[in-house]
Amino acid sequence: MSWMVWTMPTAIFFSSIAAMLAGMTIWEILSPTIERKGFLPIATTRGDRLFIGLLSAAFIHLGVIGFTALSIWIALAVSAVWLLVLMRWG
Amino acid sequence: MNNKVPNNRAWLLVLPMLVLVAFSAIIPLMTVVNYSVQDVLGPNARFFTGTEWFQSMLNDDALQAAFLRQISFSLIILAIQIPLGIGIALIMPKRGWQASAVLILITLPLLIPWNVVGSIWQIFTRGDIGLMGWGLRELGIEYNITRNAGDAWATIILMDVWHWTPLVAMLCYSGLRSIPEAYYQAARIDRASKWAVFRYIQLPKLTNVLVIAVLLRFMHSFMIYAEPFVLTGGGPGSATTFLSQSLTTMAVGQQDLGPSAAFSLIYFLVILLVSWVFYTTIMNMQKDKPPHGGA
Amino acid sequence: MSYKLENSQRGEKYNTIFSKISPAQRRNRNARSRWRSRLLLGLYLVLMILPIYWLLNMSLQTNSEILGSMTLWPQNLTFDNYIGIFTNSSWYMGYVNSMLYVAMNMLITICVALPAAYAFSRYTFIGDKHLFFWLLTNLMAPPAVFLLPYFQLYYSVGLFDTHIAVALAHCLFNIPLAIWILEGFMSSVPKEIDETAYIDGYSFPRFFVKIFIPMIRSGIGVTLFFLFMFSWVELLLARTLTATDAQPIGMIMTRTSTASGIDWGTLAAAGVLTIIPGILVVYFVRNHIAKGFALGRT
Repeated sequence: MSWMVWTMPTAIFFSSIAAMLAGMTIWEILSPTIERKGFLPIATTRGDRLFIGLLSAAFIHLGVIGFTALSIWIALAVSAVWLLVLMRWG
Repeated sequence: MNNKVPNNRAWLLVLPMLVLVAFSAIIPLMTVVNYSVQDVLGPNARFFTGTEWFQSMLNDDALQAAFLRQISFSLIILAIQIPLGIGIALIMPKRGWQASAVLILITLPLLIPWNVVGSIWQIFTRGDIGLMGWGLRELGIEYNITRNAGDAWATIILMDVWHWTPLVAMLCYSGLRSIPEAYYQAARIDRASKWAVFRYIQLPKLTNVLVIAVLLRFMHSFMIYAEPFVLTGGGPGSATTFLSQSLTTMAVGQQDLGPSAAFSLIYFLVILLVSWVFYTTIMNMQKDKPPHGGA
Repeated sequence: MSYKLENSQRGEKYNTIFSKISPAQRRNRNARSRWRSRLLLGLYLVLMILPIYWLLNMSLQTNSEILGSMTLWPQNLTFDNYIGIFTNSSWYMGYVNSMLYVAMNMLITICVALPAAYAFSRYTFIGDKHLFFWLLTNLMAPPAVFLLPYFQLYYSVGLFDTHIAVALAHCLFNIPLAIWILEGFMSSVPKEIDETAYIDGYSFPRFFVKIFIPMIRSGIGVTLFFLFMFSWVELLLARTLTATDAQPIGMIMTRTSTASGIDWGTLAAAGVLTIIPGILVVYFVRNHIAKGFALGRT
């Protein structure tokens, strides 16, 4: 495994992704999702909204890192808020 | 189709596939993420760099240029191949031995290894031994793909059209074959013109396959590597260096693990976004329409 | 059926716009347009074949004839280039290597893709749509992104420079492709067939092998064709994962450039030989290929 050159931040990153997937699965088993239409132009399920949130979070991070001098923590905070908004009203 | 049964034991059927694809996809992807935040000098010498590589890659002029080149290349070949492919599909014979013969001939370029495609065109366009290069020179046209960037671009586009239009044509051809004869009979009774038949009968049936065609063509042209690499080597200068080639040069040629990993991830995110948009579009189109035949 | 309705609506449209043409004019015009489309198709086919013809032409010439003068067909036909390839093991082993990993890949892929495609076409399960999308993203992922980790991964598990390494690596895009195509074919098989078989007392594995697989034979044939196609033409991963023992033919072809210049005749002959397997494969599936190109979805 040493060739994979793990570091603490990436390990935390992948663990939280895995935890999110596991959490979503358990949530789905306990109360199955219903497709609905929020402020997004298409009808989405919970999983869809999580995916859209994560993908846009990635682009928010890239934008902040590449083209501004802001701290990455601001990008993380913005993404987290955006993800919550999306999950609730998307 | 619509009447699928909820059954979570279906995961057991998916599992073997999942293990194999995860082995090929997830482990390497994790490694790329790990590389991208470090400066890996050797097995035991590595430093955490945080977001530095991403920052330098996003602001790298050469890569931005390659990215723009890539986008324009993909759009140009889509603009040529999609109409041309539809046109060819419309004039392909529908039955008899000619249909089989044309089918086999048209599929031919798709089955040639990509670097051989590059070699074929490299030979074909050489001024001394290639038919096209020689012919153009005899006609008095200045043509040199190793010196003139315009010639190199035109040749790569011509090569890609030659190589991949068959895929679009075959997709459209199979879409056209699924139109019941009754449609055409009705059109004949109505004395519809050719254009009306195309516009109101054939084109609506083609939308499904056309979305697949655009998706596949966009994706494949976005990762084009072997053909231009063999044909022009990315030159003259860096006039025909596309994204995959910049990445491969950086990763394999210069062994810059960190920067090339950061670049890979940005590249991959763009692809992910585009394929998600396409996928959602296809799925919504199928949801709106009553399903006919397949999924 | 819905198309009758659509047709009657559309029929009105044609009637109002296009009805001022006499039958005789129409027949005449049809015959002319048929000839015009034959001509256009012929022209396209000729232009398409030309580069391949040129390769074939060069492969049947000696190097001195290739470089000496412009000849549209071989003046003194020679098969030396081909003989050279078939008598040199470092050359023909390239073909054997390529065939081996392509065959392995086709076998592995079809074995795991069949049950998975069945699951996608018949059942809903938690995360099915996202799983399917994730599979498709692997089809889209540029191999260049995975080059370095692949090298490291296969090196660390001791599979570097083996055929199975390339076969497994090509699974990355071939398994999703196979599932996508097969799912389309399977969805067009009525579900009642499964139900009847279960009522008749078939177990799932027996039903799958004895009844279901024979029913989608043509779909499997077309899928195998696509698997062959994409594994055969890929070079970037195959090149990175091999050194000497499993080197694909595409890589060996780069050897033709020696100190005394490029051996054009051999290069051309090797190129022609890489096209032949494709022609054979497409000949076998020619009757089903049109359906397969729509990925089973028409």
